[in-house]
Amino acid sequence: MEHHISIAAETLFHLGPIAVTNALVTAVIVTILLSIFAFLAHRAFQSEKPTMFTTFVEQVIAFFYDLTESIAGKNAPVFFPLIMTFFLFIIIANWFGLLPGIAGFGVEVIENGEHAVVPLFRAATTDLNTTIALALISVGVTQYYGFKFLGVKKHLSKYFNADGMNSFVGILEFVGVFSGILSFAFRLFGNIFAGEVLLVVMGSLIPLVLPIPFLGLELFVGFIQATVFAVLTLVFMSIAVESHEHA
Amino acid sequence: MELESMKALAAAISIGLGAVGPGIGIGLLAKGAMEAIGRNPEATNNIRTNLILAIAFAEALAIYALVVSLIIIFVL
Repeated sequence: MEHHISIAAETLFHLGPIAVTNALVTAVIVTILLSIFAFLAHRAFQSEKPTMFTTFVEQVIAFFYDLTESIAGKNAPVFFPLIMTFFLFIIIANWFGLLPGIAGFGVEVIENGEHAVVPLFRAATTDLNTTIALALISVGVTQYYGFKFLGVKKHLSKYFNADGMNSFVGILEFVGVFSGILSFAFRLFGNIFAGEVLLVVMGSLIPLVLPIPFLGLELFVGFIQATVFAVLTLVFMSIAVESHEHA
Repeated sequence: MELESMKALAAAISIGLGAVGPGIGIGLLAKGAMEAIGRNPEATNNIRTNLILAIAFAEALAIYALVVSLIIIFVL
């Protein structure tokens, strides 16, 4: 089988002006799966009797709520829904690409007048568009909470002020907001895409047993990167809602 | 030199040099964390969370180098 690695997501078909890529298909599937999961969890909690499923959901949510509380303190209820959504979406999207046989699905498309077979599924986080979108949400919401908790004037004075040395620091922090988008997006994309490339290379070297430990490694990396994305967003948010003056 | 071999070299140099700094950094971080755990084993869980976060920051630099390598190979 010919292995083919492409850094951009492949277009499957066009929906009006929108090009539907295989990463977009996977992102939609992940969203649907999570919605079903949320619906089932909601239904399961309606009845009083605890089941294995409700215990599992409770354990996961409680673990991350405690983590959120240890970082954000009293703001934890405000930040928690977004942080948990980030975590769940990214971890499922990362692991989706590791499902055995997922790369076997292909569809035939016409590309530049030639017939080509492109994979139907591609882990959503191995497309730079997805990770940039997630990073923009993360940084945008951080700024929104900064404005909401501190007020427009106080929040802007973090970046623009005429306070000697602090004015330079403020400009650096302003640049840091934009480099934050890049660093969020490339960290997630780089880790997961590199993992997929690693698996393809190992699978083409020795296909029999060798890829198994690397699959385990990629499961771990997928979990760590989802945690890192969520926790970093949380840390930046808790910093943004603190006023600078008494620091 | 031909373009192909230049590309291969550039990608190798990019990730090769780019991995040096984060390697040293992650080593130092792990050293600090191990020493801290040795002194105060009860704080292991807390230290582990912070260690993973700090490593993610150091590792991001290596990932940038990797992305540059990938772009050199696949896009340029």
